[in-house]
Amino acid sequence: MISVAAIFDSAVTLALAILSLSFLVTIYRIVKGPTLPDRILGLDMLVAIAIGFIAVIGIKTGYTLYVDVAIALGLVGFLATVAFARFVLSRGKTEDDIITEARQAAAAARKAALSAGPDAKARTATAPSSGDNKISGRQDHE
Amino acid sequence: MNDVVTLISAALLVIGSVFALVASIGLLRLPDLYTRMHAASKAGTMGACLMLIALAVQANDVGTMSRALAGVVFFLLTAPVSSHLLAKAAYAVGYRLASISVMDEMKPED
Repeated sequence: MISVAAIFDSAVTLALAILSLSFLVTIYRIVKGPTLPDRILGLDMLVAIAIGFIAVIGIKTGYTLYVDVAIALGLVGFLATVAFARFVLSRGKTEDDIITEARQAAAAARKAALSAGPDAKARTATAPSSGDNKISGRQDHE
Repeated sequence: MNDVVTLISAALLVIGSVFALVASIGLLRLPDLYTRMHAASKAGTMGACLMLIALAVQANDVGTMSRALAGVVFFLLTAPVSSHLLAKAAYAVGYRLASISVMDEMKPED
């Protein structure tokens, strides 16, 4: 018969291993995540996993001061997600919009550069503003 | 009695961590933001709450137990709010549903 303490120890180790695996998978999604909201969602998930880690460590070591840290971490994660959601809303465009804008600006700039020889005067009106768009689009995308 | 409590706590720990793993696999595999949110905000919250409940079951003083349960309640209250806010912001800005989605209830009628 296996003792209860041995079962409990192996359960704690197993929980830590599974949590580490899910932490890594979530980090893969954050690094790869094609859009900003995906990354925000991944960060939200990371907070949940970190709270789980804190609970397991609190059980394993009996050092239950970390429970307060878990509550504070939940509060910070909630506020961060809300603030990021406000940021997504106030940015007002998706990654697709930004790429499309950058492509259009690049095409306009190329057209302006090609026709810079004979009829340069006709194109100069559009060229400077599209150049500005291109730069800001690049920065947003990065 | 003490053994039973320890076993319940161990079971809750493993179940909670498996929930967290399922949530992160869903985050990895599902096709668009809204379905990923469905995985992360339900299964992820459930996992963290189960592990905090395991701590509350295991704790032998009232202070730790009540703080862990307060953390559970707090997390259950805030997780739906934050993910709903994020989904609403993303939809309002215009992030598309995956192409295999069959229905969009919030699509403006025109």
